[in-house]
Amino acid sequence: MRYSGLSVLKEGLFGNKGWKPVWREPEPKAEYDIIIIGGGGHGLATAYYLAKNHGLTNIAVLEKGYLGSGNVGRNTTIVRANYFLPGNSEFYSHSLKLWEGLERDLNYNVMHSQRGIINLFHSDGQRDAFARRGNAMVNQGDDAELLDREGVRRLVPYLDFEQTRFPIYGGLYHRRGGTARHDAVAWGFARGADQRGVDLIQNCEVTGIDIVDGRVTGVQTTRGAIRAKKVGIIAAGRSGQVAAMAGMRLPIESHILQAYVTEGLKPVIDHVVTYGMGHFYISQSDKGGLVFGGDLDFYASYAARGNLPMLEHVMEAGMTLMPMIGKAKILRTWGGIVDMTPDGSPIIDKTDVGGLYIDCGWNYGGFKATPASGWCMAHLIATGEPHEVARRFRLDRFRTGHLLDEEGTGSQHNLH
Amino acid sequence: MRLNCPLCGDRDLREFTYYGASVYADRPEGGWSEAWDDLLHLRDNPAGETNDLWYHELGCSAWIEVSRNTVTHAISDTRLLAERKPAAKGAKA
Amino acid sequence: MRIEGKGLVDRSTPVGFRFDGRDYTGFQGDTLASALLASGVRVMGRSFKYHRPRGVMTAGSEEPNALVTVGRGAGQVPNVRATVQEIHSGLDARGQNAWPSVRFDVMEVNDLFAPFLSAGFYYKTFMWPRKFWESLYEPAIRRAAGLGALSRQHNDEHYEKAYAFCDLLVIGSGPAGLMAALTAGRAGADVILAEEDARMGGRLLAESHEVAGQSGADWAAGVVAELASMPNVRLMTRTTVTGAYDGGTFGALERVGLHLARPPMDLPRECFWRIVAKRAILAAGAHERPIAFANNDRPGVMMAGAVRAYVNRWGVAPGQTVAVFGNNDDAHRTVSDLGAAGIKVSALIDVREDAVAPKGVTLHAGARLVDAVGRNGLREVIVADRDGKIARIPCDCLAMSGGWNPVLHLTCHMNGRPVWREDIATFVPKPGMVPGLTVAGAANGTYSTYGCMKEGAEAASVALSELGRAQPKVDLPEAEDGAIRLRAYWEVPEPKHRAWLDFANDVTTKDVRLAAQENFRSVEHMKRYTTQGMAPDQGKSSNVAALAVLADATGRGIPETGITTFRPPYVPISVAALGAGGQGKGLAPERLTTSHQASVARGAPMIEAGLWYRPSYFPRPGEKTWRESCDREVRMVRERVGVCDVSTLGKIDIQGADAGRFLDFVYTNTFSTLKPGRVRYGLMLREDGIVMDDGTTACLGEGHYLMTTTTAAAGQVMRHLDFVAQAHCPGWDVHTISVTEQWAQFAIAGPLGRELLNTLLESPIDDAAIPFLGCGKVRVMGIEARLFRISFSGELGFEIAVPARYGAALYRDLVARAESLGGGAYGMEALNVLRIEKGFITHAEIHGRVTAFDIGLQGMVSAKKDCIGKAASERPGLTGQEREQLVGLKPVPASKPIGAGAHLFDEGAEPVRVNDQGYVTSVCWSPTLNTHLGLAFLKNGRARHATRVRLVDHLRGADVVCEVVHPVFFDAEGGRARG
Repeated sequence: MRYSGLSVLKEGLFGNKGWKPVWREPEPKAEYDIIIIGGGGHGLATAYYLAKNHGLTNIAVLEKGYLGSGNVGRNTTIVRANYFLPGNSEFYSHSLKLWEGLERDLNYNVMHSQRGIINLFHSDGQRDAFARRGNAMVNQGDDAELLDREGVRRLVPYLDFEQTRFPIYGGLYHRRGGTARHDAVAWGFARGADQRGVDLIQNCEVTGIDIVDGRVTGVQTTRGAIRAKKVGIIAAGRSGQVAAMAGMRLPIESHILQAYVTEGLKPVIDHVVTYGMGHFYISQSDKGGLVFGGDLDFYASYAARGNLPMLEHVMEAGMTLMPMIGKAKILRTWGGIVDMTPDGSPIIDKTDVGGLYIDCGWNYGGFKATPASGWCMAHLIATGEPHEVARRFRLDRFRTGHLLDEEGTGSQHNLH
Repeated sequence: MRLNCPLCGDRDLREFTYYGASVYADRPEGGWSEAWDDLLHLRDNPAGETNDLWYHELGCSAWIEVSRNTVTHAISDTRLLAERKPAAKGAKA
Repeated sequence: MRIEGKGLVDRSTPVGFRFDGRDYTGFQGDTLASALLASGVRVMGRSFKYHRPRGVMTAGSEEPNALVTVGRGAGQVPNVRATVQEIHSGLDARGQNAWPSVRFDVMEVNDLFAPFLSAGFYYKTFMWPRKFWESLYEPAIRRAAGLGALSRQHNDEHYEKAYAFCDLLVIGSGPAGLMAALTAGRAGADVILAEEDARMGGRLLAESHEVAGQSGADWAAGVVAELASMPNVRLMTRTTVTGAYDGGTFGALERVGLHLARPPMDLPRECFWRIVAKRAILAAGAHERPIAFANNDRPGVMMAGAVRAYVNRWGVAPGQTVAVFGNNDDAHRTVSDLGAAGIKVSALIDVREDAVAPKGVTLHAGARLVDAVGRNGLREVIVADRDGKIARIPCDCLAMSGGWNPVLHLTCHMNGRPVWREDIATFVPKPGMVPGLTVAGAANGTYSTYGCMKEGAEAASVALSELGRAQPKVDLPEAEDGAIRLRAYWEVPEPKHRAWLDFANDVTTKDVRLAAQENFRSVEHMKRYTTQGMAPDQGKSSNVAALAVLADATGRGIPETGITTFRPPYVPISVAALGAGGQGKGLAPERLTTSHQASVARGAPMIEAGLWYRPSYFPRPGEKTWRESCDREVRMVRERVGVCDVSTLGKIDIQGADAGRFLDFVYTNTFSTLKPGRVRYGLMLREDGIVMDDGTTACLGEGHYLMTTTTAAAGQVMRHLDFVAQAHCPGWDVHTISVTEQWAQFAIAGPLGRELLNTLLESPIDDAAIPFLGCGKVRVMGIEARLFRISFSGELGFEIAVPARYGAALYRDLVARAESLGGGAYGMEALNVLRIEKGFITHAEIHGRVTAFDIGLQGMVSAKKDCIGKAASERPGLTGQEREQLVGLKPVPASKPIGAGAHLFDEGAEPVRVNDQGYVTSVCWSPTLNTHLGLAFLKNGRARHATRVRLVDHLRGADVVCEVVHPVFFDAEGGRARG
């Protein structure tokens, strides 16, 4: 059914009895053309664009838990296109354009809010680095402005401009950056894929990948064997385990990234603000909670929960940057399992196994990539060729040295 | 989280700096080869028992190999990297 | 209304406070909620979405309704639980999420639109036109959402963090916790007993049962007195254990000064504790849960256990006429406690058909509670008896009990999943969910007073035996030991009006059923779609009932429906407490050089260089801009002599017979051939083949080297050297240690450098004594110093190092002598110009993506030996003409400024990504060459010298043609440094 203000009014008048299931709950068939392993944001988006862009609908998305149970529902919801390196620039630029039309494309309000992102800088050197990045954004056709200290003060007067440990020199302002409602993104893509005939199969864990003569023939699952001509692995933090079923070792280490949210507050932070010196960024959700992110806990983990040092560090950074949030109270903390690569950039590529494709390595930036990742992975699976904006996301680039290391921190997985 | 530094004893997580899987200590010889790809990039990345490298940066400067569970965070053993046993070296296999 | 002779508040100490602008009086020992209830205040809050008037429901931190704002101005704290905040004189609280007040709130109009505001309605609308989301819809939603407000002002009230260590942490001081602490305390173990409340005793303070022949409160006071006398026991009241973390670490929040009218200056408002415990016992009790029925959120509808607490502990009658509604025997206990306090009970509605009427009360057994009447305060409830007869029962308070949910949250913080217990219709923890933590008492599903005490004592005994301690004999006192009888009952079927589950987030049974109807059948989907359990109370009282309704709606059992995950913190923790110490300068250490005061005294602006502070420039009278000072300092160094503190550079002392061999391994070039008294420039790669750092290393003697690193990479290089030594060089005789802070080091640069030094040194030097790239010991100011002949300016240069305690004196002396020679101190700006003129790189150039090839130093990678990073640097992607290579840029004309961060394009090419040829890393105005200069990376740059490129800086509006040149702009032969 189509959603609109009118449908909300009509259903409201009749007791909301007419709302239909947002997706079906099909039993798995014996065979599909394409199986997507992983019902997270990227997997669901891939299925959606396979159906929409390529007319392929004999597809199953296999999810071991519930749809959207991975990082798409555990992130800090930032959407941006502010990369420096060719390879990343065009990809995230493409993604942001998809975001800008997503609600109407999906007929689902994912609450994409272009409230603007301000990356603060705290030294002349950081200003130069941000200027270099901002110029790359404009070269790509996206937006970037360099704010001086007073420019920052006009936008976010509540920062501590006097006492803070690392003085605020200015900020890189990306007006088209912002946030979106994370769960809604998963649900919107799921609903769109389901409506086009894709089978979304929950509580179905893949336990093996069948390979005959170097070609994938299907998968084993907790709900039986399913044959398929092509299989896409889109399993984020669990990519290593799934790829191992096909005999692959990946350039990935899984880490915890924590996030934090406060109790609901009246509007006080209207942008996304990031702190260049203290692994800290903040925005305020439409419900009123301040949403914080920081850096990794730094040790490899699948626990989806973190420890105190990073939580405390993020709050200390908040207190030096914007002490007015001191009286807000942290309500909930959680962790996501992020798939860290040795250069901090993702992988969308075919594998050495025929018909087996992989989309992984999103580090801690996978949410904003959701539409373009789905778009490009769908293109790869459907055509066998990489999409133009994702052609540098190769699996073999570490071996060949064609690295995409935005941070310049090198081949240590947890430093990106 | 707390780690037992073989030199200093039981210490809080925040005294340590993490590197990654301890296969990074198995440096191959010679020019660029697949073995280097293993050293720098490819990881078993197990959901379960693993051996990884920690540096007691705010302590004695020892590099430590820690046997640890990545799902429960339970730590079963720690040893000085310099005294790493051959058995532990096979972590990659 | 107060009840004479009841309660533990101090009636001899009245306390005045304000709520919503009116003055009230309570007693010492009151919470804001108990004092307001005693004063007849019924509406204390407004609900999140529908702005319904709400009264207090509970007597603890699980309160979903009575959230208020405390304080004014910068100190204002939103979302304070009235049930936790103790009153004190000067307390100024007010309702929130309402305008103009919680008594009359115009936003209540939302309640009329409830049919259109069902779960997830916002996902289905507000999509058109697109531009309206940011400009209209979202701002309106944001304004309506949220609860309390921040002041938007900086506030510098004092918060703290602390560590504590113990053998046994006991969480909760009810019957189970007290017995656990007593048992362990008598055994001599180090015990921390943490209690959320201001007073130890837990439910013993709220119930009328006797323990050992005395009141529960008196018995608890006796035990607490004994514990207080033990030096090995620490009692922590007002302390909520908020999280369980790895390795026996617990987070806890202590409300240190929030209950005091005039706290001493040195007392923090709150303290966040990290408690490291060898063992822990969770004895945090249980939360009573509501039952969903029509309009069950009316002010006056309260939990039965809270009603008993207000009566027994605070001596407050929550109403004049109370009706009781429940599915278990606790409801009957409430009737008798109310009777004993002289409060009229108008009816007992027990959903169990076989319920037996207590004395003197009308029982409606097996009845349904169909409605609650009284928008701003309950007036009556409407009951349908089993035979369908409708009864209107007058009451201004309804005490309701739907059973209890153990407070097992901490056990779930490490991903443990509790198990369903059918007999008491709730989830209980299973053993081992948090290593080292056991659960006792009501938190474990054991509800009788005696049962709690027994479990608490037993849990302590087990912990003691695991800790290898003897277990003392502790007699259990006589206490109530009844079994709880309960019939699972979550909602009154088919309510005529909305029936609330999550009061705080305005989630009703209809919302949960709508989620199921739309196939959000997973409990996580339901939670996220309806927002059930996501409010400030995190669903403490409501989650189990909500998933019971979901189970019913989806035709599944509760255990198979599952449960959402409890995450830390158990109660919200202020950012100021978690971030204590961070405000102002506290986030990171401030590292100061020995010359800091002298630089400040000369008026130098001090700028951050990592954690260090370094002087930017040294203004002299008449100089109006930093550029004037900088230009003068550059000329001073090129023509006379300058002095600069370079102590922030990393200094690593390396010793041992294998030290030279070790340096060969970590540097690309060879050091084992370096003779004592000589210095060499070295290039260091990461193992992935990218440049890590550069610097000079001096050979101070046989097997003794001093490495310098850049300021930025000092820590990274130290970590790296330790790794290489310990991982790859076992058995080598090599030792490394950072001596950065032990030595103060000053550069003396300029043609008069040696002349300056010779006025100072006890034995003068000449070029033969300390040749270019030489080093040696000298004596100065009566002490031994190290002298290095190195130059980062391209001039005749020395660096002199003395033990740090002599740094301040030497620096002052050096600057004075330089000034007498027509020179003086120079700062970071001049240092940067001097190095750019010479094409020397910093981390602006070696930014982590750059190879030795890129900076033209591929010749420094020795072919004769292995080194860290050599193999990886051979990868095809890291060499070749397509790589961006270091070049110099000169704008045409020379007067056109250029900015670092600009990008490069072919002349005439459109400045878009596909045409990008490189970027600028460092720029300066060169007073020596009278031109702006830039260092840049340019594709195939070394082959493009003497060609022109287009430099575009979109952000700063520059579009300049530049000539590509060799990156060494000045004195390419290096004669000046050798001179």
